[in-house]
Amino acid sequence: MRKVAIIGVGCTKVDDHWGKSLRNLFADAALKALEDSGIERVDSLYVGNMSSGFLQGQEHLGALMADSIGMPGIPAVKVEAACASGGVAFHEGFKAVVSGLADLVLVGGVEKMTDTLTPYVSSAMIMAEDQEYTAYTGVTFVGLNALIHRLYMETFKAKPEEIAMFPVVDHQHAVNNSFAQFQSTITVDRVLKSPFVADPLHILECAGIGDGAAAAVLCPLEKAKEFTDTPIEVAASTVVTDTLSLHERDNLLTFSASQRAAKSAYEMAKIEQSDVDVLEVHDAFSILGPISLEDLGFVKKGEGAKFTMEGQTAIGGKLPTNTFGGLKARGHPVGATGVYQIVELTWQLRGEAGKNQVNGAEIGMAQNIGGIGATVTVHILRRVK
Amino acid sequence: MLRVPRYWREIPYRYRLIGSKCKNCSKIYFPPKQRCRVCGSTELEPVNLPRRGRVITYTVIRSPPSGYEKYAPYIVGIIELEGGVRILSQIVDCDPTEITIGMEVEAAFRRVIEQGEAGVIEYGYKFRPIIKP
Ligand SMILES: [Zn+2]
Repeated sequence: MRKVAIIGVGCTKVDDHWGKSLRNLFADAALKALEDSGIERVDSLYVGNMSSGFLQGQEHLGALMADSIGMPGIPAVKVEAACASGGVAFHEGFKAVVSGLADLVLVGGVEKMTDTLTPYVSSAMIMAEDQEYTAYTGVTFVGLNALIHRLYMETFKAKPEEIAMFPVVDHQHAVNNSFAQFQSTITVDRVLKSPFVADPLHILECAGIGDGAAAAVLCPLEKAKEFTDTPIEVAASTVVTDTLSLHERDNLLTFSASQRAAKSAYEMAKIEQSDVDVLEVHDAFSILGPISLEDLGFVKKGEGAKFTMEGQTAIGGKLPTNTFGGLKARGHPVGATGVYQIVELTWQLRGEAGKNQVNGAEIGMAQNIGGIGATVTVHILRRVK
Repeated sequence: MLRVPRYWREIPYRYRLIGSKCKNCSKIYFPPKQRCRVCGSTELEPVNLPRRGRVITYTVIRSPPSGYEKYAPYIVGIIELEGGVRILSQIVDCDPTEITIGMEVEAAFRRVIEQGEAGVIEYGYKFRPIIKP
């Protein structure tokens, strides 16, 4: 197996980009990543996206995006795995380089969610669940997470304010990230006074609707120094699936796909979880923060919310997490999220994270969840010494 | 919009709560599968699921998907049926302030959604509290 490195990254701000189309957003991020890596062309392209077919009536994003960035002719394909589309696209790009089939690979994620009204976005998101057997109940994606949220509080006697702390920390971090959707702080009190979307989940515990794109360029590690002085090694890339529907799992409070993806990733990277300096978790809803800290092995089951309340996930804490704002405050343009995580870890490991720099960060880890834990990707990135 | 053949195809499990049971190891699935994840057998048969169970967890949907706007707010929960199989369902005839984890519920046959003025009216299972005499 060849080793793989990231040699360039780029992204757009997550925002209501009224004036930009799906392809404009993608091209903005992709061209930044190419410029950052100093290369003109790639051998292949992977596009992470969930809902272009439903939200824009547009499919065939591989050819469309290759054409948009001036490279018609290269192999190019859309990768879809719900909210984990970006992470899985990155995994596919990783495999292309590992295998030797491609040397220079561009991975981008893009989602444009503001082209339609909120009920249609809800309909698009619940397509991650089983349309024949669960979506027809009228459940929403927020609702499925609310089911977990309630059971978590009941089972572990966790307090609403402990779980609400996760988005509060996200917002603290996003203040210094000019690419973040919400560059402002919130308080636990304000979160808990905001309206319910699906009880007991308040609106300020849910990632918002936004447009964005992120991209990264990969090449074999042995060639990376030709392009950059600060290559970042992709030390592990794993994808694990589970039953599509939440209700089929024996344990509703553990995403076994997260646990297994993390375990394989630690083995692949030959590290312990205690070696991780900076973490990105998929907190589309507040409850996914604590649950992910637990599933990835950083705290015991049921202790994730307390760990957050103690300030351990903030910059300066034991485990700086979502240092650019996470899904709640950086934003969650669904199919792009997994690639945003890679971009932000790359900045941290290069030492380019500005005011949010985690001093001496050498190893970063990103977890991207698709559906309600039905697909999970874990990536471990390492600064090359 | 759901076309008639698809709705027709979905009637058996929506009207009669049909899952599948592995003939080899007896594991019961909802939704039905064509291969057992426990023992690998492909011999599965349709099975009527129990119609009573208890609420494991629940939520109140206040921001519904398109088509469900006029029903909101409504309760959706995970129900563990007698014998252990779980199902996701709306829970009706119950105020959001009255529902509790552990509440005993039973299947009922209800209107689910109307597809516009001229479209199909879909029916299916929802669950309701068991009223004890
Ligand atoms: Zn079996």
